[in-house]
Amino acid sequence: MTLSRDQVRHVAMLARLGLETGEEEYYAEQLSGILAHIERMAELDTEAIPPTAQVVSVSNPLREDEPHHGLDQEQALANAPATADGYFVVKAIQEPEP
Amino acid sequence: MAEWEVVIGMETHVQLRTASKMFCSCSTDYLGAPPNSYVCPTCLGLPGALPAPNRVAIEQVLRTAIALHCEIPRHSKFDRKNYFYPDLPKGYQISQYDLPLSLNGWIEVGGRRIRIRRAHLEEDTGSLKHAGDALHSAEESLVDLNRSGVPLMEIVTEPDLTSAEQARDYGLELRRLLRWIGASEADMEKGQLRVEPNISVRPAGSSELGVKTELKNLNSFRALHLAVQFEIDRQIRVLEGGGAVVQETRGWSEAERRTFSQRTKEYAEDYRYFPEPDIPPLEVAPEWVDRLRAGLPELPADREARFRSAYALSAQDAAALTGEREVGEYFEAVVAAGVEAKPAANWVVQEVVPTGADVPAERLAGLISLVQSGRINRDQGREVLAEMRQTGRGPAEIVGERGLAQLSDEGELVAVVDRVLAENASAVADFRAGKQQAIGALLGAVSQATGRRANMKVARELLEARLSRS
Amino acid sequence: MSPVELLDQQLADIEAADPRVHAYLRLTPQLARAQALASDRRYGEGEERGPLDGIPMALKDVLSLHGVETTAGSKILTGYRPPYDATAVGRLKDFGAVILGMTNCDEFAMGSSTENSSFFPTRNPWDLERVPGGSSGGSAAAVAAGEAVYALGTDTGGSIRQPAALCGVVGMKPTYGRVSRYGLIAFASSLDQIGPFTRSVADAAEVLQAISGRDDRDATSSDRPVDMLSGLEAGVRGLRVGIPREYTGVEGMEAGVRAVFEAAAAALERAGAELVEVSLPHTDYGLASYYIVAPAECSSNLARFDGIKYGLSDPTAETLLETYLRTRRQGFGAEVRRRVMLGTYALSTGYYDAYYLKAQKVRTLIAQDFATAFENCDAIISPTSPVVAFPLGAKTGDPLAMYLNDVLTLGANLAGLPGISVPCGRSAPPAGHEAKGLPVGLQVLAPQWREDMALRVARGYEEASGVVAEVARVG
Repeated sequence: MTLSRDQVRHVAMLARLGLETGEEEYYAEQLSGILAHIERMAELDTEAIPPTAQVVSVSNPLREDEPHHGLDQEQALANAPATADGYFVVKAIQEPEP
Repeated sequence: MAEWEVVIGMETHVQLRTASKMFCSCSTDYLGAPPNSYVCPTCLGLPGALPAPNRVAIEQVLRTAIALHCEIPRHSKFDRKNYFYPDLPKGYQISQYDLPLSLNGWIEVGGRRIRIRRAHLEEDTGSLKHAGDALHSAEESLVDLNRSGVPLMEIVTEPDLTSAEQARDYGLELRRLLRWIGASEADMEKGQLRVEPNISVRPAGSSELGVKTELKNLNSFRALHLAVQFEIDRQIRVLEGGGAVVQETRGWSEAERRTFSQRTKEYAEDYRYFPEPDIPPLEVAPEWVDRLRAGLPELPADREARFRSAYALSAQDAAALTGEREVGEYFEAVVAAGVEAKPAANWVVQEVVPTGADVPAERLAGLISLVQSGRINRDQGREVLAEMRQTGRGPAEIVGERGLAQLSDEGELVAVVDRVLAENASAVADFRAGKQQAIGALLGAVSQATGRRANMKVARELLEARLSRS
Repeated sequence: MSPVELLDQQLADIEAADPRVHAYLRLTPQLARAQALASDRRYGEGEERGPLDGIPMALKDVLSLHGVETTAGSKILTGYRPPYDATAVGRLKDFGAVILGMTNCDEFAMGSSTENSSFFPTRNPWDLERVPGGSSGGSAAAVAAGEAVYALGTDTGGSIRQPAALCGVVGMKPTYGRVSRYGLIAFASSLDQIGPFTRSVADAAEVLQAISGRDDRDATSSDRPVDMLSGLEAGVRGLRVGIPREYTGVEGMEAGVRAVFEAAAAALERAGAELVEVSLPHTDYGLASYYIVAPAECSSNLARFDGIKYGLSDPTAETLLETYLRTRRQGFGAEVRRRVMLGTYALSTGYYDAYYLKAQKVRTLIAQDFATAFENCDAIISPTSPVVAFPLGAKTGDPLAMYLNDVLTLGANLAGLPGISVPCGRSAPPAGHEAKGLPVGLQVLAPQWREDMALRVARGYEEASGVVAEVARVG
């Protein structure tokens, strides 16, 4: 499997990684190299094999519904790059172009 | 002009009634609180924080699923829905994808079964405050994460609804059910119930679905009704004008009474769902479901049907008595205290519910008995009820103290009737000319003349006798 | 020595060695002193809290420490001070730990050499021109150079065991679910585990005992009873120790490493263990499965670094999208970007089944391999790493070559097994070090929840071979 530059650009936008011009080529090559190794999974017949998302055997580790105080507003905002009136501030919301 | 068929499906997000959030112990009682003051590392999405699922939130979905006649599979799990947005602090929402808590149920709306496709559990996002209005974006937005992580249930129907009225009635029926079983406060204005209709139209008889639009930001049932109707009309206009409906999300402008295109996510979202690795799979044992089922109250539709059959109540009375769970329970307590069902329903529906009267069921029963026995009339009963509310005293005591008694004495009433007839010559003439309803004015005058004490049954008999005589 | 004297000695050793080793990203001397003083008082009053009380230790920079900058080795978390302690950190504080500082690591624990740190590479105390391994290279180097008595690291594909091997110390990854991950800045949630670096197996058991157990904040943590200590000295006599056929022939295995490993196996046999050959037939597919599962999870875990709530944020951005793109471009290094893209791709529409789902199925096969192998043996041994420490820069241009370092360790992560690496001798790399060689690690794997078995075999080996972790004199 070889990744095209368009695919790299698409994936980078999905992940909101700001690639710079020319980097698509670099990542297309690197990722294609890694995928070439990964392709070997196709050799295995896994039709009847169930997937494993987790190896943990814990089941229903549910929390009781009891409220506890968490952080103060000051603590919540202490690490924020920009705040105003107790809010986090973000720039104009604009979706990416297709 | 072609005939059009309307197809509507509903997606509804419901904030569940729990004390703490879905995946952390922060309180859900954040309404009106300062921004970002009901938060912790988990709902802020701090590095390293993990989700710990709330048992009661899961049980609220299961209880709702039972009430919606859903299948509850034994195996369920959480998944991550990945997308970037400032109200989503982790960059993914914990939701459910291919193994929801429940599937394939139904709810009866106006005598029709609306199929429920699924009801699943997820977490609410934070909220954004924009300096601009709904139509124009601001240069900056403000993020409040108090709502982040509140348990949210999503209920999706099949596209079984066919009109704006049905869409509204579905919403009302769902709200009644959710409040009834205590799963949610379901207040639309507070955003606890967010109904999002998907609407399309197609030529009558066509088997293919038309292009649909999704409506958002509907914060009342009125808005739901108006917006869906507007959208149906708009789509038909577009199609009849030779245009094409664009698949998009549309908002509702209350001020302009119209839907408008929201700047849509043109960029095809790819949510990259995958199993949430921080939460082990859920095992929903049948015994757990049975226990929850046993703990549910009689459901509103069942109770409504029972009231009609067991008490021979009208459809209107049965519906009015089951709008809220407490009303029906109150009605049955009044009946249990020895009053007939019909007058009990009548009093509860007409006098108690509209006035919000909060009197013990036995006392209302006592009052109704006084009216039924003829001791006082209905108007007097209404006055006594008002005083019961204000003073907390019993009906017999009030009637006794105020010397209330219906004026039933024929001798006294005859005098009043004669005076009324003499003073209302034109009404008498009208009646004699064949206007039967003129007797209403004369009865009103009798009531007035006796300070509303007259036994109206006796008064009517006397009036009719006099009028038919000469 | 009192805790305060021990701390002073420790800080002096750090001052001497760290300018060359670069194990620490930042030191916390004030916190350490306050903790040492408190410990002093407890000893004075006879109220000490067990063997860890007053012992100076270090934390990998992915473990949240309340009020202290914790960056996961990444620029994107510059200045971030967690308002809470990771559960494992909190437990160690409760046991009287004296926290010296945060150790260097590959950015977000992604790497096998600590060269992917956003800040600087850490050097191997045994050869400063070579890598300490990774991603917990700072913790391994700190313990190897005597800059901490013990340290915590994290292991997602070998990130504790491999640097322990390359630095000649003991490193242990517990069963998935044994130690709470709450407060561990996640790389791959279904694989990550926290574990100790020490200079002896007994110390590793002691630290693990302290940090293990159910935590209500981590839904994947287990409430199984924890006993790391009582079987430690039971010896290996009569145990069946499996050697996977496939492991000894993996790509790139150095002959010297193989020879040292064979000698270690022989030592176990002399001590009474029965060596048996076992098979893990899907070994060749482990790396492929791992390099889909881990990047997929990391692509999601790292979405929260968006320039809004904490850490780096590009101030020149004029729109939200620019904030995302520029912050994440400036904040993430090349390896992180590579893995985020790989994982995003593997989860995206049209590729999920071929990559992510397939990798999960292969993961099942690998876990089944181990289950079958453990029907026939009590523990499995292998070299921890196919190579000894390699020169700085030797593999940075070739991601796949770097990933191959993990080929013997990542199976335990995919299957959730406990594993430990103990020093088992030295081997000369392909060039240089003919005289003494560089450290080689012996990896011992055990079935899920059987840390006691892995520790027992490792301790039995330590006892039988007489090989002990030495302190590298760097200062």
